[in-house]
Amino acid sequence: MSDYLFTFVNGLARGLLLFTMAAGLSLLFGVMRVLNLAHGAIVLAGGYVAVTLTARATGMGLIEALPIALVVGALIGTALYFAVKPLLHRDHLDQGLLTLGFAFIFADIAELFWGTQVYSPPPPDFLNRSIELLGGSYPLYRLVVVGVGIVIAVAIFVVFERTRLGAILRAAVSDREMVAAVGFRVPLIMGGVFAGASALAALGGVIGAPIVGVRLGLDTETLILALVVIVIGGLGSLKGALIGALLVGQVQTLGILLLPQASAFLLFGVMAIVLIFKPAGLFGETVK
Amino acid sequence: MRWVVRLAVLALLMAIPFIVNEYRVGLVAQILIFGLAAASLNVLVGVAGLPSLGHAAFFGVGGYAAGLTAIHLTQSVWVCLIMAALVGAVLAVPAGLLSVRLGGITFLMLSLAIAEILYSASETWRDVTGGSDGLSGIPSLELFPGFALDLVVERYYFVVVIFAVLYMVLRRFVDSPTGWSLRGVTSNSERMASMGYDVNRYRFVAYVVAGVVGAVAGGLNVEYSRFASPEDLGFALSSLLLVIVILGGRKRLEGAIIAAAIIVYIRQELSSQFNTWEFGLGLILVLVIYFLPGGLSGVRDQVVKALARRRALRVKTTEGGTP
Repeated sequence: MSDYLFTFVNGLARGLLLFTMAAGLSLLFGVMRVLNLAHGAIVLAGGYVAVTLTARATGMGLIEALPIALVVGALIGTALYFAVKPLLHRDHLDQGLLTLGFAFIFADIAELFWGTQVYSPPPPDFLNRSIELLGGSYPLYRLVVVGVGIVIAVAIFVVFERTRLGAILRAAVSDREMVAAVGFRVPLIMGGVFAGASALAALGGVIGAPIVGVRLGLDTETLILALVVIVIGGLGSLKGALIGALLVGQVQTLGILLLPQASAFLLFGVMAIVLIFKPAGLFGETVK
Repeated sequence: MRWVVRLAVLALLMAIPFIVNEYRVGLVAQILIFGLAAASLNVLVGVAGLPSLGHAAFFGVGGYAAGLTAIHLTQSVWVCLIMAALVGAVLAVPAGLLSVRLGGITFLMLSLAIAEILYSASETWRDVTGGSDGLSGIPSLELFPGFALDLVVERYYFVVVIFAVLYMVLRRFVDSPTGWSLRGVTSNSERMASMGYDVNRYRFVAYVVAGVVGAVAGGLNVEYSRFASPEDLGFALSSLLLVIVILGGRKRLEGAIIAAAIIVYIRQELSSQFNTWEFGLGLILVLVIYFLPGGLSGVRDQVVKALARRRALRVKTTEGGTP
């Protein structure tokens, strides 16, 4: 029984990490109608920040990596915003492809610096142990990831639902022109969302680094999972992203434990079932 | 005029083995195979307006179908190609039913997800696919019993013929009434729907055509190289095909072939020198999006338009009008 519980908690940790990454992607699409295919690359960049800081004899660990990754992510996001800006009147596909191009360039540059090996930066020392839980031992860090993930998710929802900034963002998702018409500076909002979404992605990369293993290919893998999450949840919906992320987290852990033969098809199966009954995703409105 | 160009290109392709060495012949075969796959993707992206980032799903599935048929069933090239087409259709029908009604960005994500799932299936299903080692031991195939395509040149000519036939099939499809209705659906789907067109049915037809031709291109690839691997289904190939379509220009089928030639050549040069070439692929994509929104065929169209304008001006002046 404790096996299943541990797998469930693993899935919870994965799901919450995934939410940290997918929330920004979903919001970015909601506000700007831009699909950022470099989102996975930013997660990987966050992971490499953690790797570099923990590997060198800097005396720094994962904790110090968090603010640095936030800044790095926000800077990348801002740069991407200015790169995409001239294309905003063009087809959505063009904007997506531009970010894909940047993701390819990033992958090659990253290979130059960090090679193709898999890094697993250690968690901070005081968290780097296992604890007794229900007669088994479980790595403490994963429990902390669950806790931090819940804090981040709650913070995102509080900002989005309970603050003035959140109200402006929600208004921008449903009608950008109207928000501009009542006098808000939409370019500033869009740039801010790009920076914030990217900072969150990089943060997710740092927190997840000890669990998932930082390597080339993580960018594509994360991007695809995040896309599945927001397709299931509905484009532009934060609530959808959370449900989708938790669902995908469980499918990837508990699902594989229960149905190992079907592991490759499970994720697709879940997505297909959702889309058959709700083509716009669980909480999405039809986006044209 | 069109046919003159087509026959000239065909004659040039036929002459290739007499002009360049065997290695380069293989490169041209690769260009034709990728060009065909990209042309089928162009039907989806350019004509039907469905941006797919997972076209390698069809390419890879067709390849595995052809390879497995050759190993377990028969060495006939024709049966193998037909199996590739059939399996492509078997994948395209349910995937198309599910995804064409979504359209836009959701379609793109779903296409990516489908390809990725098949990719991981091909890696885990070791007994059948050989896992990440790939499917090797594919025998050399026979054009008809007793005549095996052993030599590179023989296989090259086979690729040329299949390429020419399928390219014309795609051309005919794009120029058919269905093709024109599809363009209408792409440019204004509400209007077409209100005129009584079943928008999703047209998109579905395009999806299946693109999928089947993509699968045959994959089958052709395996017949030529006698090797299939999960990479044939992967994200890298899907995006490579999409970059070819974008570079060639979404509006024209032939652009995809020229772009395939450029991309395959650049990939060859870059990866032999630097061992990697994703940087180059990314740079091409970024530059094309910024500076050549219509791709190469967009440039061609502008040149043609400018020439026509000049000619019109000259005619006017010689007729004694105001210069």
